[in-house]
Amino acid sequence: MKNIKFLIIGIFFGIIMTKSEAISRYRIYEMFKFQSFHMYGIIGSAVAISMIFMYLFKKGTIKDYLGNQINIKEKKKGFIRTLIGGTIFGLGWALAGACPAPIFVLIGHSVFPIIIVLLGAILGAFIYGLLSKKLPN
Amino acid sequence: MDIILQPWTWYISGPLIAFVLFLFFYFGKSFGVSRNLETICTIAGAGKISDYFKKDWKERDWALIFLVGLIIGGFIAINYLSATKTIQLNPKTVQELADLGFENAGNSFVPSEIFSIENMLTIKGFSILLIAGILIGFGTRYAGGCTSGHAIAGLSNLQLPSLIAVIGFFIGGLLMTWIFFPLIFG
Repeated sequence: MKNIKFLIIGIFFGIIMTKSEAISRYRIYEMFKFQSFHMYGIIGSAVAISMIFMYLFKKGTIKDYLGNQINIKEKKKGFIRTLIGGTIFGLGWALAGACPAPIFVLIGHSVFPIIIVLLGAILGAFIYGLLSKKLPN
Repeated sequence: MDIILQPWTWYISGPLIAFVLFLFFYFGKSFGVSRNLETICTIAGAGKISDYFKKDWKERDWALIFLVGLIIGGFIAINYLSATKTIQLNPKTVQELADLGFENAGNSFVPSEIFSIENMLTIKGFSILLIAGILIGFGTRYAGGCTSGHAIAGLSNLQLPSLIAVIGFFIGGLLMTWIFFPLIFG
């Protein structure tokens, strides 16, 4: 039951993703064609407001629900892995027009062929796990 | 109510996404979606093949519940909170997509040319969906995050790896949209 809050956050995020049209394959195409400000506005304003939250977390002004200091994990370092991995992700993002969260939201839209994309993504994560020690990091 | 039923403009949606990030951190977690793909591998038994997946997935059960929420949220939003399912695209985008064989761009959320059941059952259609998925899953784990983890959480926390990852997202996205996409569909 303690996880029910994450169910509610998920429902809320699914609604935002839909109402913002960020899960539309067309919006992703338009973004990469620089033909609309819409996606840049969403990502840009989300990052700008999140910066304020991050600052307040680090300063300790905002504590977590238990009253503890919020620690923000540093991202794994590695120039090659993030650039190449990011580029491979970008190819898939622009081909399917969906990143991981929207894949699930689109299942809720009854766009069932997106399940093939999901299975592919799980397979892709599996392939990464198999090769992780052999890939340049 | 009418405000809810209309599409939400970017300066409403963006701050709401930031609020979701806030909720994640407030409840002691970090914001990101793609690690769940590995958790699903673990549940499916990938730990028998590779030690990489030998993890206790129950520690991340909350994240899987979040995914269930995404599906429910999508269902509610499209069925009960949307007066229109059309997307107001730039007319240039609509024209360009028509030239590539995508009819009626913007009349629905996703093109039937990619996401119809009939299309899924063709070899080409199925391959596109599967390969796109593999690229998404492999790339995001290699890069250590996706749009939520890197582009929103990482950038807002001024993480250099996230900036590099987002540059990568755009290199890949631009290559696909400008070069490969017309070759695949043109």
